[in-house]
Amino acid sequence: MNQPKLNLSPKVSDEVRKTTCYMCACRCGINVHLKDGKVAYIEGNRDHPVNQGVLCAKGSAGIMQHNAPSRLKAPLKRVGPRGSGEFEEISWDEAYDITCKWLKPIREENPEKLAFFTGRDQSQSFTSFWAQNFGTPNYAAHGGFCSVNMAAAGIYTIGGAFWEFGQPDWDHTKLFMLFGVAEDHDSNPIKMGIGKIKGRGARVIGVNPIRTGYNAVADDWVGITPGTDGLFILSMIHCLMKAGKIDLNYLAQYTDAPVLLNEDPKSPEYGLYMRDKDGKQLVIDRETGKLTPYDQPGVKPDLSATHRAKGVTHRPVFHRMAEMYLSDDYAPEAVAERCGIPAKRIRAIAAELARVAFEEAFELDHEWTDFRGEKHKTMTGRPVSFHAMRGISAHANGFQTCRALHTLQILLGTVEVPGGFRFKPPYPKPATAHPKPHVGLTPGAPLNGPHLGFVHGPEDLALKEDGTPARIDKAYTWENPMSAHGLMHMVISNAHAGDPYKIDTLFMYMANMSWNSSMNTGGVMEMLTDKDENGDYVIPHIIYSDAYSSEMVAYADLILPDTTYLERHDCISLLDRPICEADAVADAIRWPVVEPDRNVKGFQSALCDLGARLGLPGFTNEDGSQKYADYADYIINHERRPGIGPLAGWRMGDKGLQSGRGGVNAAQIDSYIKNGGFFVEHIPDGSNYYKPWNTAYQSWAVDMGLYDSPQPYLFSLYVEPMRKFQLAAEGHGERQPPDHLRQRIKDTMSPLPIWYETDQQGNEGYTITALTQRPMAMYHSWGSQNAWLRQLHGHNPLYLPTKLMRENDLKDGDWARVSSPHGEITVPVMEMAALNENTVWTWNAIGKRKGAWALDKDAPEATRGFLLNHLIHELLPPKGDGLRWANSDPITGQAAWFDLKVRIEKAQAPRESRPEYPPIKSPVGQGPDKLAWKVGE
Amino acid sequence: MHPAPSVIFFSTFSGLGFGLLFWLGFGFPAVTGWTAFAFFTIAYILAVGGLISSTFHLGHPERALKAFTQWRTSWLSREGWCAVVALVLMALYGAGLVFFDQRWTLLGIIGALFSLATVFTTSMIYAQLKTIPRWNQLPLTPAYFLSLSIAGGALMAGQITWAVVLLVIAGAIQIATWLMGDKALENSGTDMASATQLGNIGTVRAFEPPHTGTNYLLREFVHVVGRKHAQKLRIIALGLMIIAPVVLLLLPFNHFLALIAVVAHVAGVLTSRWLFFAEAEHVVGLYYGKR
Amino acid sequence: MTSLPASTEKKLGLVIDLDTCVGCHACVISCKGWNTENYGAPLSDTDPYGAEPSGTFLNRVHSYEVQPAQGEAQLIHFPKSCLHCEDAPCVTVCPTGASYKRVEDGIVLVNESDCIGCGLCAWACPYGAREMDQLEGVMKKCTLCVDRIYNENLPEEDRQPACVRTCPAGARHFGDLGDPDSDVSQLVAERGGVDLMPEQGTKPVNKYLPPRPKDALPEFDVLAPFLEPVVDAEPKGFLGWLDKALEKI
Repeated sequence: MNQPKLNLSPKVSDEVRKTTCYMCACRCGINVHLKDGKVAYIEGNRDHPVNQGVLCAKGSAGIMQHNAPSRLKAPLKRVGPRGSGEFEEISWDEAYDITCKWLKPIREENPEKLAFFTGRDQSQSFTSFWAQNFGTPNYAAHGGFCSVNMAAAGIYTIGGAFWEFGQPDWDHTKLFMLFGVAEDHDSNPIKMGIGKIKGRGARVIGVNPIRTGYNAVADDWVGITPGTDGLFILSMIHCLMKAGKIDLNYLAQYTDAPVLLNEDPKSPEYGLYMRDKDGKQLVIDRETGKLTPYDQPGVKPDLSATHRAKGVTHRPVFHRMAEMYLSDDYAPEAVAERCGIPAKRIRAIAAELARVAFEEAFELDHEWTDFRGEKHKTMTGRPVSFHAMRGISAHANGFQTCRALHTLQILLGTVEVPGGFRFKPPYPKPATAHPKPHVGLTPGAPLNGPHLGFVHGPEDLALKEDGTPARIDKAYTWENPMSAHGLMHMVISNAHAGDPYKIDTLFMYMANMSWNSSMNTGGVMEMLTDKDENGDYVIPHIIYSDAYSSEMVAYADLILPDTTYLERHDCISLLDRPICEADAVADAIRWPVVEPDRNVKGFQSALCDLGARLGLPGFTNEDGSQKYADYADYIINHERRPGIGPLAGWRMGDKGLQSGRGGVNAAQIDSYIKNGGFFVEHIPDGSNYYKPWNTAYQSWAVDMGLYDSPQPYLFSLYVEPMRKFQLAAEGHGERQPPDHLRQRIKDTMSPLPIWYETDQQGNEGYTITALTQRPMAMYHSWGSQNAWLRQLHGHNPLYLPTKLMRENDLKDGDWARVSSPHGEITVPVMEMAALNENTVWTWNAIGKRKGAWALDKDAPEATRGFLLNHLIHELLPPKGDGLRWANSDPITGQAAWFDLKVRIEKAQAPRESRPEYPPIKSPVGQGPDKLAWKVGE
Repeated sequence: MHPAPSVIFFSTFSGLGFGLLFWLGFGFPAVTGWTAFAFFTIAYILAVGGLISSTFHLGHPERALKAFTQWRTSWLSREGWCAVVALVLMALYGAGLVFFDQRWTLLGIIGALFSLATVFTTSMIYAQLKTIPRWNQLPLTPAYFLSLSIAGGALMAGQITWAVVLLVIAGAIQIATWLMGDKALENSGTDMASATQLGNIGTVRAFEPPHTGTNYLLREFVHVVGRKHAQKLRIIALGLMIIAPVVLLLLPFNHFLALIAVVAHVAGVLTSRWLFFAEAEHVVGLYYGKR
Repeated sequence: MTSLPASTEKKLGLVIDLDTCVGCHACVISCKGWNTENYGAPLSDTDPYGAEPSGTFLNRVHSYEVQPAQGEAQLIHFPKSCLHCEDAPCVTVCPTGASYKRVEDGIVLVNESDCIGCGLCAWACPYGAREMDQLEGVMKKCTLCVDRIYNENLPEEDRQPACVRTCPAGARHFGDLGDPDSDVSQLVAERGGVDLMPEQGTKPVNKYLPPRPKDALPEFDVLAPFLEPVVDAEPKGFLGWLDKALEKI
């Protein structure tokens, strides 16, 4: 044998630079290998708290994203009609001049005429700061059309949610239950966790109409009827309560279950908590039988005792829960048909939850002290954990469904305990510790506070003096009072309709609103190009920033070209959506591991320039000069509160560098770079469970600057603010809802989780639910420009269950006409047996507009790919009352993507999937016809 | 399998060329001088032309000489050797006939045997492949190549009686390869269950392919021929390759009819060879839910 | 060269866990990235932004739907790359000796400078593990990251194939399957690892761990004791029970 001699130790690269991935929202650490100054290879960073070395397909394909031919090259000024894609390149100076020419008068006269919305922005604490300084109330990111239900329900209930807010205790959990379609957020950590617990033989139960991805590896699959998760969960709650398989001690100590409620139906405080004069919730102490604030030392709150005061009976929240959930309305037999799950199976799963939570309970040998001063020798573990994806939240009943899931977790006593669901700092943080929304505007001056926050009653709504919405998206109004993330999906529609008012400039970032990020895509394109009687555009100015030639580019008047993620500074800040783990606080940066070779600029740096040119106080020194040279300068030098900046690592203390609180450190970013692009500090042992009530954690969190004082609180099985909105709807209080909304508020804003069928008016004859999921190897539209990823998902069939294939005489590769009350598409179909029999689905955002993303006009994304968005309207079908009813959750305004109901029939194969749109002119040309990407020798 | 023109032309024409050389090596027809020159030229154009055509499907034809190194294990390498030896020996033998009016009988016989060996090695390239059950049939696949080569050679060499007999035999073998071939994949024991090892759970069906686009494997190995289409082509192949020449040869001899017989035969073999590739199912197709 | 070694010192290979693979394609792209930049010619793509993008990949993830006689259909993700067979038919058919199986570790490789691009090795492989690079005209295949696993320029913990290093679910394992005491061999023994297409006689080194039984939650009848009602269904009864239960805490 003479084998060739191989060099088994070739040089891997000249240099490794460590930064943060941006191929999706997961924010993994990456090692970028460089050869001759060019990106040669990207892999996961082993030391990084999020991904611990692993990296998904998107992350590994970053090199193709960074070098994509669809990158914008310079600022662009529109020269053709809107939507044509005809632009000319201009200088940054000219781009800034145009922007200032539009924005300066707005700021001086009426700042609300600027609507500034950022899409998949990971710098919201910065962009919101800019918008606040500008003075417009009209700012939000994409949370409203993504999954505000998930976040808001969690924060109102337990002071945190899934995804960035918390994670299962992968090291101890024995039963993991995963709800909802989409397979999106926290994707690498979830995969790592599932791999870990399956390796240990733990059971995974997936509840999802579609058995793909995580549900494919789940030990048990529950192919639920879409939109009924809440009902299924409440039925399990019924079973568990009836069997007494609930953690009474946990409920009494750490939740509002024992808090007394006013039970006098005539009282204007009917259904509100009984509070002392300091506003503290009151309970009966089981030891003394006396009324007492819940948090006093030694108090053992009683779940069962009632209290009569001033002629009004007060009963604990838990009484209400017993009355509500023990009702046979929630018996498995009563819900089985609607959920599409046999009653026996519901009972079996509830029983398994009970078995694992209580029979497999265990103790960790960690001593800890709770907020009442009681010392506990051990920590009780209940090894059942839950997680949910977007699927359960993107319905008009999604908020209540998410609340139901948290209620189930709480009843089992498995939140923040070993084996259960755990918060990641800065969570736990109850809704009361968050700001309230602010809309107080003064021409020429900043807004009176942060835009987004959590309302606690009608007094917090964002209404003008005349009662009309203060915000263009109608967030925090009676239509959707608890819209904590705004309603980005309504901005264009409302601005076009002039409802509640007209705007002058729409300024957007990273949001593909004329394509996959909008409902009613075709309608949005018309709204963006519509002209008034004078021949002027109804939305007069549109500024858009993106790194790539997305579909939205063609609809803007001015383009500010962003950099790729490897060319920019960013901070993944604790002020925003950080990258913490349950055992550690962490944040991270991006930094230019390579310099841009085009005339582009990080959007945040451009905002620093613009902020100075517009004279925004936060961006200007006293002498009028520019305060922050660029985003990096801001990251280092900005302080939100004294000692609290965007980054928590390597801050300057009296005795040198320190974590959390501290002064500005000019070398902070260098320290991050040296450390691999991130900062992590572990939570001390004994502080890392029972965090909301654990004094050791609370004081550590104060030291870290997560809170300014300890914030122990009770979980809210009962969300009192919702009761306040109901009371208003019942006629109490000064601020009153419009009459047409009264009944809906009474019906939907139950302070205990309920399930209701979403509004089906206009859906008659449309009986099949149509869903989308995000493929794990693609992130919305970003994958289409990626030469490697688009080979995995270059077009998308509509998956039909076997039954619907048979009924419609369809076979793989046939085409079907899919219609909804709003629209019609004609698309290729494929059979899938492991699918709820009344559900169809496809991959999200694979379909592309011709001419976008530097793709050939015959690219399969455009000829066979398609969007379901064409079938979904941002409004519900007209009810004949002349009102515009949003297709959103009535509580939070979350876009109800997954309420889509369709009809299907076989169709002749068309030339291309329908609807067809004419190509837009590509401002960047088309990509090369061959690739052999090797930068080294 | 993808019916690549280069391989179809190669196997058809080199088969015919080496078949003719085989007959010439044994002295049928016993020609010399310019007549011999004509016969040998035709044989070499067919054999060498076929071989050259086969290099068209190579990624790096300039490295083709390396293919002579692995004769111990590789049928393709052996084919190369046999072809070179046969062509050199037959060239010497032919030179004797053309220029010296000499028949070096032993040399001719050895050359003839190497010509046949070349066709055999070609057939073994296909027959050895367990991955393509339709081809992986011994001795049927070599018999198919050899019988057509010898019969075609006889036709070209003007050996009418032999040609008729051998064509009939080749036709019979061809029919046998089709009949056996149709059952080959099923009989091979390789199916989606063995490919995925998931058969013990239930019935296995390919769901999403790994990539939405195509790839080398699908282009090279998955070629679906409609059943009706295949039946028609089989009849055409058999008609052109066997029946037409046999009928024409049985008619009173006429150079024009003989030419037609040769043309029909070649067209038939091309069709048969197209089917040989197009109908062959590579087991990798099972991973894609295709055959 | 194209004769196979009678035996190899090690049998390096992969163990792929079909019970855990979520089908995310991380391994596919990580492999593409590493092997585009490293061993041999880059893995090219034709028409990368066009109507028919098609590139060379050394690892692809299939998915299969399996319908049991009873119960719900299952979906199984199925990554597949070269199995580094002990009896590798792709090696013996190679006319030039470009394909070979390493004596040291059993890795099957293509020496690209000797490859004439005839494609016969791909014909001989039942698994579709070899792909002809359309721009380079040579045969590409999984190298088991031979330029990583011994690479002294990499930290020791990174000396494993790119696909294994990146797999988020931990569904891929790398090691010496010739050593019965190795972690991978133990895993195969424990989980009943199998060969693909054993009847082809290729004796693959890579093993697949079959999915564990699905939808096997016990019937409610078995679990019923865990949901025994504490009292009659009425809330009043429940609150009575609650009082008693609380006394015990």
